[in-house]
Amino acid sequence: MPNYILPDFEVERRDDRCIRCRVCERQCANEVHSYDEENDVMLADELKCVGCHRCVALCPTRALKIVKYSGTFRENANWSNQSILEIYKQAESGGVLLSSMGTPNPCPVYFDKILINASQVTNPSIDPLREPMETRVFLGKRPQNIERDETGKLNNNLPPQLELSVPIMFSAMSYGSISYNAHESLARAATELGIYYNTGEGGLHEDFYKYGPNTIVQVASGRFGVHKGYLDVAAAIEIKMGQGAKPGIGGHLPGEKITEDVSRARMIPVGTDAISPAPHHDIYSIEDLRQLVYSLKEATEYKKPVIVKVAAVHNIAAIASGIARSGADIIAIDGFRGGTGAAPTRIRDNVGIPIELALASVDKRLRDEGIRGNVSLVVAGSIRNSADVVKAIALGADACYIGTAALIALGCHLCRTCHLGKCNWGIATQRPDLVKRLNPEIGYKRLVNLVTAWQHEIKELLGGMGINSIEALRGNRLMLRGVGLNEKELEILGIKHAGE
Amino acid sequence: MVINAYGLDFKELNAKIRAVGSDCVVEGCIGQRYIGEGLDGVTLKLYGTPGNTLGGYLNGATIEVFGNAQDEVGDTMNAGRIIVHGNIGDAAGYAMRGGVICVRGNAGYRTGIHMKEYKDKRPVIIIGGYTGSFLGEYQAGGVIIVLGLGGPSPYTGNIVGEFPCTGMHGGKLFLRGRAEGVDFPAQVNVRLAGEEDRAELAGHLEIFAYSFGYPLGWLLDSDYTVVTPNTKRPYKQLYVQN
Ligand code: SF4
Ligand code: SF4
Repeated sequence: MPNYILPDFEVERRDDRCIRCRVCERQCANEVHSYDEENDVMLADELKCVGCHRCVALCPTRALKIVKYSGTFRENANWSNQSILEIYKQAESGGVLLSSMGTPNPCPVYFDKILINASQVTNPSIDPLREPMETRVFLGKRPQNIERDETGKLNNNLPPQLELSVPIMFSAMSYGSISYNAHESLARAATELGIYYNTGEGGLHEDFYKYGPNTIVQVASGRFGVHKGYLDVAAAIEIKMGQGAKPGIGGHLPGEKITEDVSRARMIPVGTDAISPAPHHDIYSIEDLRQLVYSLKEATEYKKPVIVKVAAVHNIAAIASGIARSGADIIAIDGFRGGTGAAPTRIRDNVGIPIELALASVDKRLRDEGIRGNVSLVVAGSIRNSADVVKAIALGADACYIGTAALIALGCHLCRTCHLGKCNWGIATQRPDLVKRLNPEIGYKRLVNLVTAWQHEIKELLGGMGINSIEALRGNRLMLRGVGLNEKELEILGIKHAGE
Repeated sequence: MVINAYGLDFKELNAKIRAVGSDCVVEGCIGQRYIGEGLDGVTLKLYGTPGNTLGGYLNGATIEVFGNAQDEVGDTMNAGRIIVHGNIGDAAGYAMRGGVICVRGNAGYRTGIHMKEYKDKRPVIIIGGYTGSFLGEYQAGGVIIVLGLGGPSPYTGNIVGEFPCTGMHGGKLFLRGRAEGVDFPAQVNVRLAGEEDRAELAGHLEIFAYSFGYPLGWLLDSDYTVVTPNTKRPYKQLYVQN
């Protein structure tokens, strides 16, 4: 069948600089570069290039440049190049379009239309260098009442809590979708930072049990790697109901990615598909969810909080209200722009709602119903910097999950081809030669640096507002103003327009 | 040690069972959930009707129920034995990875859904009576045996309900008899048990014969149908990189 597909990128190689060292050839798992011995020239097969920039970064003479392919189809504002290419791909293969990472489409990013307040004159700002600033948060249920024993002493009736030095955690990314070294980097960084990382639904590698006090383990519909020891070692257990990048869709790790080591963590044979269907087949209602929540609590003797993670969808406020009554301690909401190791393009780009709107409406609903204290709220779905964290907290979140940002810190160049399993940066791959490119010793330090830098920025932003603790920012929507938002958007976000 | 479950809620009852920490008999179960979760090394004998998720995450303990059990018996069980002298509800053995669930009577919907296996762990579910629909959905490993000793289900006229083995991509299913009139999906192979299958079956059925007093020879004196996946990739969706 004729192939009408155009390359996404062009490889520009400056011949005057190229020393034929063939580094690019060795570094590219997509096999873009090759050497033509006869003519002593480096060649490039541009159709294979995913734009991950590994070769550019490693070329010793800076001879390489990857640029957007400049050839276009006849211009058409309705039928974009991308829409046409997608049709060619499907007409040639009959396949469902598969993508990875968060949607690249220009969907509204409300965080960018929200501005943060600062004190002037009347309410002095605080200098974080001089004054103590509290970024520590606790996640879990708040006790509903004070209990005393017969002598009048306070009973400690505080349900189990997670303590975070800063309101940031690494979101669920399974071993299998990301590499051993990526997991090790996340686990070590979480431990050093006093925060948590999340195993995702792929079980826990035995080498990482030692990071248990900083580990959140996930239980998904496929229950991969879930057993007593896995539940016991964790600081918290997360029930995965959904994911922002693919609400309503399950996970499917193809057999090729179930290597010996991944199979040990998932506790399934090497080379078999790991299928996590969209629904938990034992959960069709909030009452059923409650059963799983309590089943996990019973199994771990009520010693650890249970998180329920859902995708941000249309009815999220009602859903969250149900979850808050299910016995869960923490609700994690993953927004429309969230990342993924693989998702059908159409689902990723069209299903779900942005996290800002979901968060604002959930927080309001839980407050209106007087059950906000039943749960902590953790939000995810494209938290890109410390300002996003601050805005999320002011909109009502207790903490944020970061996934893509953490991977970028590890060297990810957002080429969005994680599902090919050939990540040249050693992150979304199980190929040993690629995995070893990510040195966990360096990786974990980069993550620690990132979160530490954000922590400083959060303190500065807080200080500017005249606030000295995260707790005092939570749900403090007066600290936010919208720009370029319509009445309805402002109403849902519960904020005023700039100038008001 | 005998515990009287009457009037205790599940939290109190399970705390008591954990506190005993050794073999015990629980009398008067009235639907308390999560009994015996994650236990290993002990034997529980239960009278009355335990509630949902009996023996979830079970890790080696033996639980024997002299009565019926409800939904999700042996949810995500890792090792051990659950023997039920009556009937059980839906989703028994959800994602179980090891151990045995042995039921004298009938089972509800979705028995053995997502059952797995791993290395030397090969879980087994034996149902003496008939099962509801969606038997062995997404089965990825292990062995499910349905004997239909009391005859077919009055609802479907078969010893299994509708849509058995949907999404099956591992493991094995044995049905006593010839499974005539059962609609299987395209992704499985259906055949009569051969010598090797029958030898395997005999091994699995020992616990059933012993627990409920059936002669093993009598149980084996029948045709058996064997169902296995014909591919490891039931859902291999054709994807194109975008
Ligand atoms: S890495 Fe740079 S210098 Fe080496 S062969 Fe490739 S383009 Fe030439
Ligand atoms: S993790 Fe690797 S494959 Fe995925 S987007 Fe980042 S660089 Fe590309």
